[in-house]
Amino acid sequence: MNIIVLMKMVPDVVEPLEIAEDGKNLDKEAIRMMASESSEHALEQALILKDSVGAEVTVAAIEAPELDDALFSASAKGAVRVIKITPEQDGLRADISASVLKEFIKQECGSPGSDTLIFTGSQAIDDLQGELGPTLAEQLGLPFIGVVTSIKPVEGEEGKVTAIKEYSGGLRGEYEVALPAVVGIQAAEQPSRYVPFAKIRAAMKSGSIESTEITPEVEGRGVEIARMYVPEVTGRAEMIEGDPETVAARLIEIFKQNGILG
Amino acid sequence: MEEPVRQTFWNVPHWAEIAQYAGGGLAVIIFLYGLWRHIKRWKSGRSEKLEGTFGHRLTLLVKYGLFQGRLSNDAQSLLMHLFIFWGMAVLALATAIATVDWDVAHLLFDYQFLKGNFYLVYELGADLFGLFLVIGLCIAVIRRYIQRPEKLATENPPTFKIDSGALLLMLLGIAITGFIVEALRLASMKPDWAEWAFIGYALSGLFGAMSIDSIEASHFVFWSAHAVLSFVFIAAIPYSKAFHMVSSAVSVYTGNNIPPGRVSEDNEEGVVGITDFTWRQLIQFDGCTWCGRCQDVCPAHAAGWRLSPKNVVLKLNAESGRSAGSSKPENKSDNGGTPEGLGDVVSAEELWGCTTCAACENECPVFIQQPRALIDMRRHLVIEGELGDTLGEVLMKITRYGNSFGQSDRARSKWTQGLDFKLKDARKEAVEYLWFVGDYASYDARVQEVSRAVARLFHAAGLDFGILNESEKGTGNDIRRVGEEGLFDMLREKNLKALSKAKYKKIVTTDPHTYNALKNDYARDMDGVEVVHYTEVLEQLVSERKLEPSRPLNAKVTFHDPCYLGRYNGVYASPRKVLRALGAEVAEMPRTREHSFCCGAGGGRIWMEDSPDTKERPADSRIREAAAVSGVQVLAVACPKDLVMFQDAAKTTGFEDKIAVKDIAQLFLETLNQEVKDEQ
Amino acid sequence: MNGGILVLAEQLKGEPTGVAFEMLGVGRTIADELGVQLEAVVIGGEGDEIASGLGAADKVLKVDMGDDQMPVSDTVVSILDQVSDKRSPALILIGCTNVSQGIGTRLAERRGLAHLNFCTKVNIEDGRPVFTSQLFGGKIFADATLPEDKGVVSIYPGAFPAEAGKSEKTPEVEKIDVEVPESPVVFKRFIEPEIGDVDITGYDVLVSVGRGIQNPDNIELAEELAAAMGGAVSASRPVIDQGWLPLTRQVGKSGMNVKPKLYLALGISGAPEHQEGMKNASMIVAVNTDDKAPIFDISHYGTTIDLFDLVEVLKDKLEEAKGT
Ligand SMILES: Cc1cc2nc3c(=O)[nH]c(=O)nc-3n(C[C@H](O)[C@H](O)[C@H](O)COP(=O)(O)OP(=O)(O)OC[C@H]3O[C@@H](n4cnc5c(N)ncnc54)[C@H](O)[C@@H]3O)c2cc1C
Ligand code: SF4
Ligand code: SF4
Repeated sequence: MNIIVLMKMVPDVVEPLEIAEDGKNLDKEAIRMMASESSEHALEQALILKDSVGAEVTVAAIEAPELDDALFSASAKGAVRVIKITPEQDGLRADISASVLKEFIKQECGSPGSDTLIFTGSQAIDDLQGELGPTLAEQLGLPFIGVVTSIKPVEGEEGKVTAIKEYSGGLRGEYEVALPAVVGIQAAEQPSRYVPFAKIRAAMKSGSIESTEITPEVEGRGVEIARMYVPEVTGRAEMIEGDPETVAARLIEIFKQNGILG
Repeated sequence: MEEPVRQTFWNVPHWAEIAQYAGGGLAVIIFLYGLWRHIKRWKSGRSEKLEGTFGHRLTLLVKYGLFQGRLSNDAQSLLMHLFIFWGMAVLALATAIATVDWDVAHLLFDYQFLKGNFYLVYELGADLFGLFLVIGLCIAVIRRYIQRPEKLATENPPTFKIDSGALLLMLLGIAITGFIVEALRLASMKPDWAEWAFIGYALSGLFGAMSIDSIEASHFVFWSAHAVLSFVFIAAIPYSKAFHMVSSAVSVYTGNNIPPGRVSEDNEEGVVGITDFTWRQLIQFDGCTWCGRCQDVCPAHAAGWRLSPKNVVLKLNAESGRSAGSSKPENKSDNGGTPEGLGDVVSAEELWGCTTCAACENECPVFIQQPRALIDMRRHLVIEGELGDTLGEVLMKITRYGNSFGQSDRARSKWTQGLDFKLKDARKEAVEYLWFVGDYASYDARVQEVSRAVARLFHAAGLDFGILNESEKGTGNDIRRVGEEGLFDMLREKNLKALSKAKYKKIVTTDPHTYNALKNDYARDMDGVEVVHYTEVLEQLVSERKLEPSRPLNAKVTFHDPCYLGRYNGVYASPRKVLRALGAEVAEMPRTREHSFCCGAGGGRIWMEDSPDTKERPADSRIREAAAVSGVQVLAVACPKDLVMFQDAAKTTGFEDKIAVKDIAQLFLETLNQEVKDEQ
Repeated sequence: MNGGILVLAEQLKGEPTGVAFEMLGVGRTIADELGVQLEAVVIGGEGDEIASGLGAADKVLKVDMGDDQMPVSDTVVSILDQVSDKRSPALILIGCTNVSQGIGTRLAERRGLAHLNFCTKVNIEDGRPVFTSQLFGGKIFADATLPEDKGVVSIYPGAFPAEAGKSEKTPEVEKIDVEVPESPVVFKRFIEPEIGDVDITGYDVLVSVGRGIQNPDNIELAEELAAAMGGAVSASRPVIDQGWLPLTRQVGKSGMNVKPKLYLALGISGAPEHQEGMKNASMIVAVNTDDKAPIFDISHYGTTIDLFDLVEVLKDKLEEAKGT
């Protein structure tokens, strides 16, 4: 099996996010980038398959600050090839990124065969204009399934996998997927493995990142962002005063307003 | 009276005498072969330098080997060991003297020195030490088979199952047959000095009624039995637990007499196969006496987790014996072959249970470095990625943000925001004291309060100090103990770089883990900069009257010695002195100073899940201990992690109302003038 | 706006989900303000029954799927594409949920439309809908419009009142014939959460109890309240340590990491180790008699009344509200 993991770099929200002067973007100077959480899960799920049934894992991502760290780490974890696609693209535009990645997939394997799985993270925190997985699947004309938390080959049937998709409240659905396909991984079967620093260092020394340049075919149909802003946070709870009756009534009102009570 | 003289080989036919020499020779050969096998086993380890001089090693050997200095806190065990050891030693010596007297001096030169008064003292001494031996053996039997303390139970003896029992029986047999032989000889010869051999004499009464013939016949039987048993014993030494007479001595001799808790310096990949330990470590494993003292003080064992340092050592020793006994080529990595893993010998669960508190190492009578061995094996687990989920997550956070909280490194000095004076930035201006804050003291909300209290105290005393702000990273003390050497190196490099850019005279920290890392793990690169704990600084500020507690605490306080401050670095006095200066009465818990009981957070344990079969968390056990000290209202701590662990434990155990958990700095602040507090 | 609004009436196991009504509610508001049609699409399942509950829409378009229990997302995309061809809506609303994940994005890509994700608010300004989306895990908000006000918008569940989308009216239902393509993705079966072993990470509502609950008998109170809200009971570590609840219910550093829509903390002080496991919940409500308890620093709402005074009343009121 061939697994191509397409990772996505997103701003690290542990660091305070600031808005650029034009009020429509993040201040690029102030942010640090990291692999999106579900991308990490996608990588982990690919590695789990590699360990359990044998698969060749290739990791690719579009250029971003600190991408090298993520790729070295992927390489140390067991990806056979790690590839950086230049130049940088706007992370908010899935259609642009997908057009780059479509070209990349074409370069890599022409048209993907029935032994090929393409993994993306199910969703990233900056998917303002849609997720990468379904966009790419549409552009490649491949099937897509997202929010996947487990994936295994169907025994005795070449080119088919069983995917478990999560709904809510613990309810899940089992699907059978004929390959090639694009799969959006929400969470791997296990938490991301820890790769010792010594191995990352070794990967850095061997300098194994490949690089390729692809220019997107842009179509101008993005949304128009009027402004971006940091929502007001009070930092402290809004206190509800009164006797139990009043408090209970107010709470129910709040629950209803926030769609918590069906 | 006729001059008393030794009649060695009385009633022994000549052929038996020769047979005895042959048997003795054979025993010695078997012994030497066994010894050679042990030495070969030790030599299969990696190389390691011995520190210290010959003189100091000899002192170690006499103090801790011959006089078993480390057993001094267990009188029963000390007596037993001294009795058995010295009993055997003196009797062996006596036998040797008799042999020389008879078969060298008498045979070759027709001269005997075992005569007259010297001989009488010899007989008296031999009987006395024989008695000691029997008493020692009886204590041993009582301990092992009647009292049966848990620490003596051994699930994985590295030799054979009935080892201890067989040895005890054999030794008892040797002692008793020895006395009977003597008694029979005295009964037959009836010398008039017989009372000197007081035991033999007393026993000889039993045989008074027997005919001379039957006495002589029995004598020969017991003499033979005594000889055979003795030779079997000698031959068995290297193949049984009795070998610890030799190996323990070697282990003590090769001990480096450094504070407990040192890790291997130059073995980043850790230990895969048994021969990846150094020769010193292999000797240590072989030197284990099965005493179980380490297990008795181990917080992981007490908590009901799988780890027992004793069992780990014994299992490693058994593995070392097995691997040396096998005929396959030496399994060292540099010989091309991959060494066989130790995964089946010591489980990951055991390895992750260790808090690296070093109580075991401190207690071990023969200087075995258990935590070091455990960490060596952890290093391999880390390389293999066999660490629990929670730990892996924390390590990733540290890799990315330089702190275990996974918070922005830019927020590292956010805790200073509650102060109304500004802390100097040691990167920008020279300071006398560089305060290396550490992760917990920087990021944990509860500990930030303590950090601010310390800052207020330092400020009030006019101390010239500053911090590194976001250039500081966690020192990696516990990262190293988790076994992640690579990450530790990365942190060390970053911190050394930051330190090299700052101007300061001394480093101060509130965190014993940070303290230990800077003082010991960074020592090579620190140009001898002095590292001090804030309690040491506070002590000095009080003695210089720069801080004057004006409203004494008037409370009874007990102090918990943090492992990394006490056992690791020997700081015991300063925190207590400060507490007394604050007007507190310091009462001690039963487990105090070097016998302090770990809170359970060290060695990365604070980042791991508790095993489901936890009987009692170490911190809970400790808070109970503190609360049980009569009249104590406050458990004083001097370590960020202790504050967190014990405040939580106080809640869990329901002792919250009975005993308050406070940092010394918080207590200090309470004693200052109101203005000082307000003004700050 | 040039065209109507089409809402995908999301369903799971034959039931419309909450977000379906939320979308109808917000769709209704936009439609009324701009004077356009609001239509809902129901695909497969118990189509008729569901359709009859969607009275907030001007019209319900029903697509039959035979006995396919759970149309896969690619199929839904294809159906919505064909329906859109027939109805030419300006705005298509899809749930930003696990159930519908990928549908909005793929549909937009197929139709060459813009897609706006994570929408939590809609305002009409100068006759144009302006959408507010939350980004970067809620750290940043973005206000945006669609080019020519045409496109697909994914509506964040829990962001709009579902009440507004419920109506007593009986809607007009039209059956639509479309071609249902074969998909290489085939739904096999539902996997129910294991009973007995509650997985607290899977619940939208958690009623979490701390030491303030005092004794094991009082856990029952929390259970009842949770049942009234369709949630589960979780706890802080001391409660687990006492053995009042199994380890699987522990929230925090050494327990589970939960992100429910509502985390109702009863008698929990909010120690850092506890916060680590729950601070990412969409809404945190704390009940704690100590107004200095750190839990209030990370809560959205709080009250200092005694939890024992509140829980019973709250439960009764909730059940009342449900009854009506
Ligand atoms: C290494 C480590 C790991 C840990 N991991 C976890 C973890 O995973 N999860 C976890 O939860 N904790 C964990 N802890 C424990 C944590 O530090 C706290 O001790 C614990 O969370 C406190 O639980 P609590 O809030 O229920 O109790 P408390 O802190 O005692 O809080 C009880 C609260 O209830 C309020 N209260 C009392 N009565 C009433 C009433 N009638 N009505 C309303 N309010 C009332 C009180 O004001 C108080 O604030 C860990 C600790 C350590 C050291
Ligand atoms: S260091 Fe402490 S926890 Fe580890 S084995 Fe020794 S006594 Fe036990
Ligand atoms: S390791 Fe040391 S303390 Fe532990 S059983 Fe062996 S000799 Fe005793």
